[in-house]
Amino acid sequence: MSKVIVKEKERVLNVVGHPVNRVDALAKVTGTAKFTADYYVPNMLYAVVKHADIPHGYIKKIDTSEAEKVEGVVKIATGKDIPGVKKVGFPIPDEEVIVQEKVRYIGDVVAIVAAETLEAARKAAEKIKVEYDPLPVVLDPEEAMKEDAPKIHDSGNIITHFKIRKGDVEKGFKEADYVIEREYRTQFIEHSYLEPVAALAIPVGDMIEIYGTVQNPHNARRITSLTLGIPMHKVRVIQPALGGSFGGKDDTANFVAARAALMAKLTGRPVKMVYTREQDMRESYKRHPYIMRYKVGFTKDGRITAMEIKVITNAGAYSSSSPLVLYRSTVQCTGTYEVPNIKGDFYTVYTNTVFSGAMRGFGAPQINFAVESLMDEIAEILGMDPVEIRLKNAYKEGSVTPTGQVLKGHVVSIRDIIKKLAEIADWKKKREEYSKDKGDVRRGIGISCAFRGVSLGAEGADYAGAIVEVFEDGHISITSGISEMGQGAKTVMSQTAAEVLGVPIEYVTFVGPDTSFSPDSGPTVASRGTLMGCGAVKVAAEVVKERMAKYAAKLFNTTYENIVFENGYVYSKKNPENKISFPELAKKCYLDRVNLSAVGWFLAPEIHWDPETGEGEPYFTYTYYADIAEVEVNVKTGDVKVKKVYAMHDPGKVVNPKTAKGQVYGGVAMGIGYALKEEYKIDGKGYPITLNFDKYQIVRAHEMPDVEVYFLENPDPSGPFGAKSLGEPAFDTVAPAITNAIAHATGVRVRSLPATKDKILKLLKEKEERR
Amino acid sequence: MKLTIFVNSKKYEFEEIDPNMRLVDLLRDKLGITSVKIGCENGTCGVCTVLVDGVPVRSCITPVSKVNGKKILTVEGLGTPENPHPLQKFFIEYDAVQCGFCTPAMILYGYYIVKKNPDVTKEEIKKMISPVLCRCTGYIPIIEAIKAYADFVKRRREK
Repeated sequence: MSKVIVKEKERVLNVVGHPVNRVDALAKVTGTAKFTADYYVPNMLYAVVKHADIPHGYIKKIDTSEAEKVEGVVKIATGKDIPGVKKVGFPIPDEEVIVQEKVRYIGDVVAIVAAETLEAARKAAEKIKVEYDPLPVVLDPEEAMKEDAPKIHDSGNIITHFKIRKGDVEKGFKEADYVIEREYRTQFIEHSYLEPVAALAIPVGDMIEIYGTVQNPHNARRITSLTLGIPMHKVRVIQPALGGSFGGKDDTANFVAARAALMAKLTGRPVKMVYTREQDMRESYKRHPYIMRYKVGFTKDGRITAMEIKVITNAGAYSSSSPLVLYRSTVQCTGTYEVPNIKGDFYTVYTNTVFSGAMRGFGAPQINFAVESLMDEIAEILGMDPVEIRLKNAYKEGSVTPTGQVLKGHVVSIRDIIKKLAEIADWKKKREEYSKDKGDVRRGIGISCAFRGVSLGAEGADYAGAIVEVFEDGHISITSGISEMGQGAKTVMSQTAAEVLGVPIEYVTFVGPDTSFSPDSGPTVASRGTLMGCGAVKVAAEVVKERMAKYAAKLFNTTYENIVFENGYVYSKKNPENKISFPELAKKCYLDRVNLSAVGWFLAPEIHWDPETGEGEPYFTYTYYADIAEVEVNVKTGDVKVKKVYAMHDPGKVVNPKTAKGQVYGGVAMGIGYALKEEYKIDGKGYPITLNFDKYQIVRAHEMPDVEVYFLENPDPSGPFGAKSLGEPAFDTVAPAITNAIAHATGVRVRSLPATKDKILKLLKEKEERR
Repeated sequence: MKLTIFVNSKKYEFEEIDPNMRLVDLLRDKLGITSVKIGCENGTCGVCTVLVDGVPVRSCITPVSKVNGKKILTVEGLGTPENPHPLQKFFIEYDAVQCGFCTPAMILYGYYIVKKNPDVTKEEIKKMISPVLCRCTGYIPIIEAIKAYADFVKRRREK
């Protein structure tokens, strides 16, 4: 179930804020939606990659002679065949589409085969022999930080070191009645989008057209343009239906697009490259594992006086988004609590594991796990209620964040959320009642809350564009570089156009993204799709609306400010009886040569952050949320069942209650996996163990609890209709609510995710022995 | 081998076909039925599910030799964009679709579950769709959509 709590009476909207059906659902339920692998074109070749055989070493020789003998092989490419730039990646270009000199993890690509059949390409890839000069392997980021550790890149293993220095920690610890130190760890997580990465590249004259499983088509275009050494207008990337992403179809998926394009360029034929699940899990980047050490001072009455923090994240073989992920962890390092004195050091480090990158949450979930566990540990020491300790320290209007930013200009709703959610969940009563459980199966209830900087913040150029075009029959085509991956971007952008132009949503179709006509809108990441995409569509639709209103004003003999667009009709406020249908007006506009096509450009407010001092305004606004989880733990077996999750979010304005609810359900499912079972495992030598869903297990239907979703709306001045973020918050703080509930049920605290039954049993046994 | 199959009520005859060819490859590569997805190729994710004589089968681990003479149903056979099946409409209405990659398999499971027992409970649906993975929806809207369809079938039956 779900409920939207609207605080104040606001302007009545006709489409935005309504539970509209997903605009791309009909195609998806009837099998007419085409995903990348569903495209077949005449004369196409199949391409397969050859991955590295060892996790670290120089390539001495690549012998393709046996592979070339396989019948049907058309072309085998190695790094030498790349005509353009050899190293790509953002913000640090250290990634290679095909590795030339040195392999740094087991997922590096050393060669690509294109053949007439998939079987031939696979067979040939297996016959490619690579000779290496092996190098020592380092898998532990703390080992990699040491002076004498093997260097993975020439620049050294520490990619980024961010600092926070606020107040005086020594003074803060002196003021404290208690000082505790805790270490928390998190694991590698695989995105587990169900559609493996793929691309189809078609040479058309001197252009390359690409259909790809890319979250960010404009990034795929950039990487392909650089790799092939051709300008951007010669690369056209089209995003078909995308089978999930969660941050996971950027770097790797872009490389797959560039590789297919390279093979198409080299052979002059269309080339299709579809990864197997094993290839995908071997090569694609993961969520960062974190080591987090917190020293915390607090008073008897529960006030936090100081935090000294050291965080080390494993970036793996390439930097990818690691510095940006670390940025978010750094500026949100105390969670949603005001801490007067902070000394924080944050490192991201190269190793020879799979690389880490963007994944839903982007450096927040790890920090939330540490801070939210910590709050419960402090509450336990003080004999306080976890809700009470949170309310004691949570942000309010005017609070100062670790970077010195004063929270203002939006409603700082975290306290409101905590109180409301605790009440809805009947927290006090359950907390007491479950504490009395004595049998094998014990109940627990846990809370967790967070705030999140909205959109890219000072880490990136924050813009988006959209085109709105009204056709002569009054129906509307819109496009933007903001992409659809299942989250419902097309739907909310369509709602926005329909709202502004006063037509039913059926009048609107979103086309693209297609990099040759959809405006570059920056990446669809950082829970910015609704905010930035709807923002840009709104601007464009308003431009078209004004032109139509001016034309209608002439018809109605009035001024354009008096023109109303409503339910598919246009009329003057002065004389509502005399109306014209929206399609009729569009037709008249065309006959009179009025331009009904406009580009909208939406900019996030300007902000600045100094990486040296850690000071500044990292984000222009924030969103707030909390989860409460109820669990049952069998203390004999260690089995955990999540029985119920309550989630409350303040996304500013809920543009679509139906799809918003779906985001939260999905986030909860992913959060349960993060808390209890998911872990991408690598053996002691750098070889992955969990390469398919039989070993890497995500949550199945029977493991889902009942979920209640609440939205507390506080429209934000910076977003369209007051909307800000939801996609990542839906996941961000689910896991610690569950581990806190487990601690409540069992009296033992798992400080490293996932909280498997083995870990719980071990802790219970240790507790028993201490008695 | 010689193969005869009925896919979405249409008869297909192949004079000579590799008996070990996977059903998913026959459907996608030979017949162009691309609603049948490939997710893991070892039978764990379930997105390749089709109904063979009314029963869910994972087409990525099923050789075509096993389906000779049988009736296969995919979502293309259930309804069309012009005339969607009620179950497909419930999937839209209940927002049981996000990225859409597991959707065809989930719909086929729903069809199978309700055909078997229109009195099915939400708890039973939850267990019965467990063979198919979904990373987007948290399964809840899918369960609700299938339950709504079951109630619809019951109402229709009672009329």
